[in-house]
Amino acid sequence: MIEIKGLTKRFGNKPVVEDVSIKIQPGAITSFIGPNGAGKSTLLSMVSRLLDADTGEVLLDKNDVKKWKSDEFAKRVSILKQANFLNVRLTIRELVSFGRYPYSKGRLTIEDEQSVDQAIEYMNLTDMQDKFLDELSGGQKQRAFIAMVIAQDTEYILLDEPLNNLDMKHSVQIMKILRKLVDDLGKTVVIVLHDINFASVYSDNIVALKNGRVVKDGPTNEIINSEALREIYDMNIPVQEQNGCRICVYFNSHS
Amino acid sequence: MRNSTKLIILTVVAIICILLYGFYDIKGGFDYAFPRRMMRVGAMVITGFAIAYSTVVFQTITHNRILTPSVMGLDSMFEVVQTLIFFFAGSISIWVVNQYLNFAASIVAMVLFALILYRFLFRADKHPIYLLLLIGMILGTFLGSLVSFLQVLIDPVEYLSLQSRLFASFTNIKVELLYISIGILLLAFAYGYRIMGQLDVMSLGRENAINLGINYDRLVLNVLILSSVLIATSTALVGPITFFGLIVANLSYQFLVTYKHSVLILGAGLISVIALVGGQFIVEHIFEMNTTLSVIINFVGGIYFIYLLLKESRAAG
Ligand SMILES: Nc1ncnc2c1ncn2[C@@H]1O[C@H](COP(=O)(O)OP(=O)(O)OP(=O)(O)O)[C@@H](O)[C@H]1O
Ligand SMILES: [Mg+2]
Repeated sequence: MIEIKGLTKRFGNKPVVEDVSIKIQPGAITSFIGPNGAGKSTLLSMVSRLLDADTGEVLLDKNDVKKWKSDEFAKRVSILKQANFLNVRLTIRELVSFGRYPYSKGRLTIEDEQSVDQAIEYMNLTDMQDKFLDELSGGQKQRAFIAMVIAQDTEYILLDEPLNNLDMKHSVQIMKILRKLVDDLGKTVVIVLHDINFASVYSDNIVALKNGRVVKDGPTNEIINSEALREIYDMNIPVQEQNGCRICVYFNSHS
Repeated sequence: MRNSTKLIILTVVAIICILLYGFYDIKGGFDYAFPRRMMRVGAMVITGFAIAYSTVVFQTITHNRILTPSVMGLDSMFEVVQTLIFFFAGSISIWVVNQYLNFAASIVAMVLFALILYRFLFRADKHPIYLLLLIGMILGTFLGSLVSFLQVLIDPVEYLSLQSRLFASFTNIKVELLYISIGILLLAFAYGYRIMGQLDVMSLGRENAINLGINYDRLVLNVLILSSVLIATSTALVGPITFFGLIVANLSYQFLVTYKHSVLILGAGLISVIALVGGQFIVEHIFEMNTTLSVIINFVGGIYFIYLLLKESRAAG
């Protein structure tokens, strides 16, 4: 279980994440939403140890994440950043194989190869697995990085705007895969989303951030309503019910 | 061509260079000349691998392909240490006469320098590479001026003996240091063998490396010490050859397109041996000792350095 307690981060004098305390429900999808610059990526970076907090702590199974052994932590929690840039030239398969590093330390066993195959298959990349990343479109590259995280096969999967660059079909496909990882394999997914309709349709819980603070935290159906959304985004967003899903029609709304 | 084929070709060329250097035109007694030549070859192989290895790993942990420990002022630090020793203790002091003591002093100073530099420069996340380069250059110039200033104050005879130490030379190697250098290199490779996989992951960048379970800060610290010790070793053995690491590392990246450090380091090491032994052969038999290898290397290396900078800036712009 991941628990965030009183987490604060400043850049210069400006608090970017301020006194955030939340518990991530295990075996569920939790979406982080909120305007640009709200501190979502910064929060995720602190949970995944990419960034040190100024005050407060993040606990994984009651132990501070900073006290975990690096390689043990990597078998429990994985993160995909919002922007990914590589200095080296790799094929899709080579990149995805790196996802097995916490287990194989570079020497892939047959089981490792199978996990890699499966992750590539999940992301529909089997046909192009030997292509170099710099030969791919933005969305194909994004899928390759998601495949790496899936190959890492951790209990907790943190994804920062994974739907970046993806077309509708692949976005839906990835959300369905995440749902399956949670429902069938009991994984816990934390995902930053900008399209609140994906958050509404696929997540169990929503945490809304604004100016570094948590403004809403609860089950999805308590947060996807016009009133709460106004508080988060300062916009009037009508919410409509369609086939049991709540859809936010924000395209022509005014503030 | 596969990478294994390329490595075999490099090995063959390196061996040809060594044989050529060892046997070509041996005048006078074979028993006299051959062991001396082999001693030089030994020094060149050690230096070559030490510089290649330290440059590749340094560039991996700093996530760049232009800066090298030498360019960032480590070579100047060697000059500072030697000059300070001559200035305060003199050329007949134990700090000069005892090669091991001198060697130890250089290594300690260079490692400390590297750690301080790193703390300031690379730790604070993302400075643009040109800023780092500029700081390295300024630091190098500053240390260089300090050295010149002290040298003016030194007794002229002492100064000559200091000069011979500060100028890279393969004909005038310090044989006493050969064995200890081999020992250090073997230890370094033994450690390197254990962290090869971690270095491969490191080339994906800091965030991916942490995500995949690398203890980032500790690995960076260890590798930084490793690369400083290696550069200190090669500098103590033959003197500073600033741009050499830059050339061989980048040639290796270009020739062997891979992320695997075992391949990159081996390739860069073999290229080093070819360049040093082959180059020394040319210097001795074609230029007939009218120039020195370090002059040629720094000349060619400087041009290559500018080429890399231009290429980088075009890619960035
Ligand atoms: N390294 C940094 N140095 C200084 N300020 C930073 C740094 N990283 C982030 N910030 C600032 O912190 C704030 C929060 O950034 P963060 O990336 O966490 O936002 P976000 O919620 O992920 O936004 P987006 O939806 O645009 O990705 C922003 O105002 C940003 O300018
Ligand atoms: Mg963000």
